[in-house]
Amino acid sequence: MRAPDSDLPLVLKDARIVARDVTILDRITLTVSTGSPTVVIGPNGSGKTTLLRAAMGIIPLTSGDIIWGGREPAAPRRHAIVFQRPAMLRRSAAANVRYALAAAGVPRAERHERAAELLRLVGLEKLAGRPAKRLSGGEQQRLALARALARDPTVLFLDEPTASLDPYATKAIEDIVSAVSAQGVKVVMSTHDLGQAKRLAGEVVLLHRGRLVENTPAPDFFVNPRTEEARKFIAGELLV
Amino acid sequence: MTGDLSALDLVLTGNPTLFAIVRLSLLVSLCAVVFAGLIGVPVGALLALTRFRGREAVIVIINALMGLPPVVAGLAVFLLLSRSGPLGSWGLLFTPQAMVIAQTVLVAPIIAALTRQTIEDLSVEYRDELKAMDVGPMRRVMTLIWDARFSLITALLAGFGRAAAEVGAIIIVGGNIEGFTRTMTTAIALETSKGDLPLAIGLGMVLITIIILINALAWGMRRAGEHYLG
Repeated sequence: MRAPDSDLPLVLKDARIVARDVTILDRITLTVSTGSPTVVIGPNGSGKTTLLRAAMGIIPLTSGDIIWGGREPAAPRRHAIVFQRPAMLRRSAAANVRYALAAAGVPRAERHERAAELLRLVGLEKLAGRPAKRLSGGEQQRLALARALARDPTVLFLDEPTASLDPYATKAIEDIVSAVSAQGVKVVMSTHDLGQAKRLAGEVVLLHRGRLVENTPAPDFFVNPRTEEARKFIAGELLV
Repeated sequence: MTGDLSALDLVLTGNPTLFAIVRLSLLVSLCAVVFAGLIGVPVGALLALTRFRGREAVIVIINALMGLPPVVAGLAVFLLLSRSGPLGSWGLLFTPQAMVIAQTVLVAPIIAALTRQTIEDLSVEYRDELKAMDVGPMRRVMTLIWDARFSLITALLAGFGRAAAEVGAIIIVGGNIEGFTRTMTTAIALETSKGDLPLAIGLGMVLITIIILINALAWGMRRAGEHYLG
């Protein structure tokens, strides 16, 4: 991977999404800058997935603005996302990565080698020829990561990438995330796993019922939460 | 029983009359499936991937046409091609070409409906990933068709099965003329009514064998799809 020329900060201004009269995101104002991973946490239904999809441009805002590096997000080309349940294209693992490389405009002559590199990065080089749909859940997540990295992203959104994975598969994903982050890719990741947030986060964003409750550096968040909701969430109490 | 043995003889000895009928039947059905595929696959893909006013009504009509009675399709094509019909000047009535048109009318809705369902399901599954990868509309369509190829070939085989087994439409527009428009199904109907059972049974055996082969091929396609694509 080459060093990214970041188009951060990502700024959300009064971002609001309403679907069928239900407010999913409620006037979120947030700035995401370069640096260590930003981890979005919160209980189920708090708006984590919607926030990431909106930032990626997959879901339009009902109102408010998303601004990348001071510009309107006409065509953010070097952002990538890994979904919680990524869809595997009906082809081999290597062909999935080559497809992503082709979609990212990588010349045909370079795709084979780049795909092999990316599969090595996520530890799937031995499964390159296997149909992607026949990989295990953890392997599919790693393949989705390789596909996302094929875009050579400056910002990588990860939507609960380890939900429903066992500890071994979770560690494999976290190791890749740490390695990618260390190379300068900005990782914005959602999770409801506090332990994972502690391990990976440089900054924590807590959402509850579509509202931004807290946005602070990780050490402050875990040691000295500013809000009652954050304190309860850290203490493992139910946020309802 | 004697009739059965004679029928088997006709098949095993390669009776020229019987095999001329089989050849014409396969040719007509194959041509019909090719034309129906050329119409049905793009129409199905278009319906799967576009939204327009009246789309659901079109889907309902195409689904309903899957059950179109062959005699009705035959009658419609007959009226179209008859001397006083809008295409009467083409002089196609009672020719193999007319039979191809009739079978195309029967098979195209089947292929369009199955294509629509297959592509739509796959499109829902792939939608977010392709959007996240900034895949343009043309590449998206090609990706969906390529990744659904085994299911689409199965749809074509289903269409071929329908065409090969059909009698009502082609007997109306083909006329069942010996050596010219007589196919397996129309010959079976005629020979049975004449009491010439050996030829009818022989053709029936060939027809059933073909239908079994088509289904085996469709099954093989499904298995190949699972094996190679997961």
